[in-house]
Amino acid sequence: MFFLFLLPPIVLDSGYFMPSRLFFDNIGAILTYAVVGTLWNSFATGVALWGLHRAGLMDPGVKAGLMDFLLFGSLISAVDPVAVLAVFEEVHVNETLFIIVFGESLLNDAVTVVLYKVFNSFVELGPAHIHATDYVKGVVSFFLVSLGGTAVGLLFAFLLALITRFTKRVRIIEPLFVFLLAYVAYLAAEMVSLSSILAVTFCGICCKKYVEANISQKSRTTVKYTMKTLASSSETIIFMFLGISAVDTSKWAWDTTLVLGTLLFILLFRAVGVVLQTCVLNRFRLIPLDRIDQVVMSYGGLRGAVAFALVILLDGAKVKAKDYFVATTIVVVFFTVIVQGLTIKPLVTWLKVKRSDHHKPTLNEELHEHAFDHILAAVEDIVGHHGYHYWRDKWEQFDKKYLSQLLMRKSAYRLRDEIWDVYYKLNIRDAISFVDQGGHVLSAAKLALPSMPSRTSMSESSVTNLLRESGSGACLDLQVIDTVRSRRDKEDAVMHHVLRGSLYKPRRRYKASYSRHFISPDKQERQDKEIFRQNMKRRLETFKSTKHNVCSSKSKARLKEKGRKKKGISLTSNSPNGKTQRNVPWQEAAPVLVMVSSDEEESNSSETEREDDEGIVFIARATDEVLQGKKTPGSLDVCPSPCIIPPSPTLAEKELPWKGDQADLAVYVSSETTKIVPVDMQKAWNQSISSLESIASPPGIETGPQHKRFTCPVLEEQPQSASQVTPEQRSCFQFPSHVSKSSRSQSDSSPDGTEQQELQPLMAAEEPNRIVPSTEPRWLIQFNRASHL
Amino acid sequence: MDMLICVFCFVFFPPPVSHSQITRLYSRFTSLDKGENGTLSREDFQRIPELAINPLGDRIINAFFPEGEDQVNFRGFMRTLAHFRPIEDNEKSKDQNGPEPLNSRSNKLHFAFRLYDLDKDDKISRDELLQVLRMMVGVNISDEQLGSIADRTIQEADQDGDSAISFAEFVKVLEKVDVEQKMSIRFLH
Repeated sequence: MFFLFLLPPIVLDSGYFMPSRLFFDNIGAILTYAVVGTLWNSFATGVALWGLHRAGLMDPGVKAGLMDFLLFGSLISAVDPVAVLAVFEEVHVNETLFIIVFGESLLNDAVTVVLYKVFNSFVELGPAHIHATDYVKGVVSFFLVSLGGTAVGLLFAFLLALITRFTKRVRIIEPLFVFLLAYVAYLAAEMVSLSSILAVTFCGICCKKYVEANISQKSRTTVKYTMKTLASSSETIIFMFLGISAVDTSKWAWDTTLVLGTLLFILLFRAVGVVLQTCVLNRFRLIPLDRIDQVVMSYGGLRGAVAFALVILLDGAKVKAKDYFVATTIVVVFFTVIVQGLTIKPLVTWLKVKRSDHHKPTLNEELHEHAFDHILAAVEDIVGHHGYHYWRDKWEQFDKKYLSQLLMRKSAYRLRDEIWDVYYKLNIRDAISFVDQGGHVLSAAKLALPSMPSRTSMSESSVTNLLRESGSGACLDLQVIDTVRSRRDKEDAVMHHVLRGSLYKPRRRYKASYSRHFISPDKQERQDKEIFRQNMKRRLETFKSTKHNVCSSKSKARLKEKGRKKKGISLTSNSPNGKTQRNVPWQEAAPVLVMVSSDEEESNSSETEREDDEGIVFIARATDEVLQGKKTPGSLDVCPSPCIIPPSPTLAEKELPWKGDQADLAVYVSSETTKIVPVDMQKAWNQSISSLESIASPPGIETGPQHKRFTCPVLEEQPQSASQVTPEQRSCFQFPSHVSKSSRSQSDSSPDGTEQQELQPLMAAEEPNRIVPSTEPRWLIQFNRASHL
Repeated sequence: MDMLICVFCFVFFPPPVSHSQITRLYSRFTSLDKGENGTLSREDFQRIPELAINPLGDRIINAFFPEGEDQVNFRGFMRTLAHFRPIEDNEKSKDQNGPEPLNSRSNKLHFAFRLYDLDKDDKISRDELLQVLRMMVGVNISDEQLGSIADRTIQEADQDGDSAISFAEFVKVLEKVDVEQKMSIRFLH
């Protein structure tokens, strides 16, 4: 009865609400403690008790042999999830500690069950009939049981997630599915004698992500509260039975030595086991578990109802000392739960255990922590560290690509954006509280909603205003709702939100409290592009300012990296605003001005969800000295292997239509810019141009002289032809068509160019660019494109 | 050649970096070094694709190169990476009178500080902070907002009223942050 009805809800509840990231981060430690620790505990306790018995210290009424004691040891040494959860939640130790103890308590079920069964069968057979093969079978069965149970759990998790994907029409019974399938998992595992607790646990852990995305809000609430209710009531009933049995003296028999011995031994061996294992584990962990953690861990090994249930289930005929065992178990459970449970809190405070940190980070801390994470991610990349994070990354990719699509509803899949979730929830909360205040929905504009800064402060805080205007959804904080804050606090909060919403998330570093890896794919891409753009821009600037006339392969290699589809390189924004200008000294010629301005940045506000370009103005002026044909090849010779990218395994080639055409594109688009921009950069430049084209697809251009397209290929095949002179002169004219062609091809290739081929540099053509200089001394390419959409 | 370098490093390097780690790092060094001249230049670093999408990537690359130089040899490479070794318990007690190990908390913080402080005046001025902020923040934040955030940040940290963050102030403001964990890589453990 216990096992059939009372235990599953508890286990499901703990599995479902388990912080899975933390769990998997510490899985090594958890597994060690669960498996090795439990084995050690049970054997040591059993043997020690047997030793006591042999020493004659026990009541002769206790008729038990080694096997019996081992059996008893196995069931008494299991740390109980129920008790641990209850106590540790009270105490609020830091997350790592909690998850280790708690995870251990969940996973040691497999060991306990196996040991229990094995020893039970041994006892039934009688010591005389045990062969060596039985031991081996025992070991093998352990693996079978645990892995099998996990597999069953995973299978049902998969089924559950799949089912919830299709329950749109039957919302009412969604919660039912969750419970039903989890219970079926439990039963299924029980039927084949696998570890049912493990099955349910893993079912809960794994299905959660997909189920939560698929089911409706109401169902989510229902599931949550039902689970908690069921779990609490089961727990209560279990302990009630425990108490009743304690009072019912017919069920047990008292033996002092046994009881005291057991108590002593479990405490002792647990402590020893924890210390030994921690020593070993600390060699592999980044954050070692220190003394205090170990004390808490050993003290926090509470036994609970599972042990009790197991002992009751013992067959009294086979295990003659059952009554003694029952009594001992009751005492042990009482002792651990009451005494240890009550004293653990003062102990924790006394030992100054590192508690979970609730203080709100200052702006400084937040900023610098972010910086540290970026730094660390960069160093990891430099070192080529393929550690744990690498596999996690791989798993995330796999999950994103296959599992999520399979198991999640399309609508849910698209909306997996956490910041949007927060914003959405806050909106809802606003609306609810507004209505609660008795406001009429139609007059919503008049009332100040809790989450909005009060009107008086609107004018004070310009940041707040800007945020309101920009409408960035990231800027609402839950805390703002609850407390009335001073203006300074509000500003503070607002700044925090601004930062948090817009700071780039570092790659691959995960913290339990910070759901960094829930960036939706678009957001990550967008972020990557932005960062990439800024980096390129900076590198370009450094290049220009430091290198005088030698085109350097370094910037080339960088710039060859994938021109982002939606964002081009925006050099220092300029001319209309009269901002800074950049001089690129090209060879020894007079400096040429490159003035590029783009309105990309302004247009990339969060209002426009797609990255559209408002307008792009390319203004390039060239002076004549620059345009010396013979100098160009010369300069190219100076460049060390100008157009060759070192074939790095991680850099794939990006297929670009004008791969071999850089000369021509240079001629058309930026024949001036080629003089201005060093050869190697123009490729990226051109890429950016074309990428800009591809989004914009302005009607004017598209419908432009498309027939001119055909002339372009002809010319493009002859990069060194002298006929380039003429195209130049018609550059203004040719430019749009060429660009439109490239835009078309770019948009063809853009589907490929997304996600998977993140950083793929252009494959440079082997032959260096033979730029044909324009003979025109001075002219202007101005290309203005109106924004579209 | 490999072994020579390893021996070289062993001789000149503080022993706590283990032999296998050195070999591993050395093979990484050689794989990055395309020019095969035993030193890395900035291009070699920039070739790593992930660094291009790291906002602080360029600054970190610069941190590897000593002042004014364009090449870094293996020793310099290791030296910079040594900042990221986790702090071990047994190191805390020994060597109190020796030079502080590179991966001490203070040195880690100093490394980060140097990333901010470009002009090396031992202060993070408002402009430097703005630059870093600009790098780390998305494009939908306007300059005024960034400016106010920067001002606020300096205000929080500044104690001597010079509108800049000195190293001591930097350390003080981060005293609650677990730097040892955040600036350590297990690989180097």
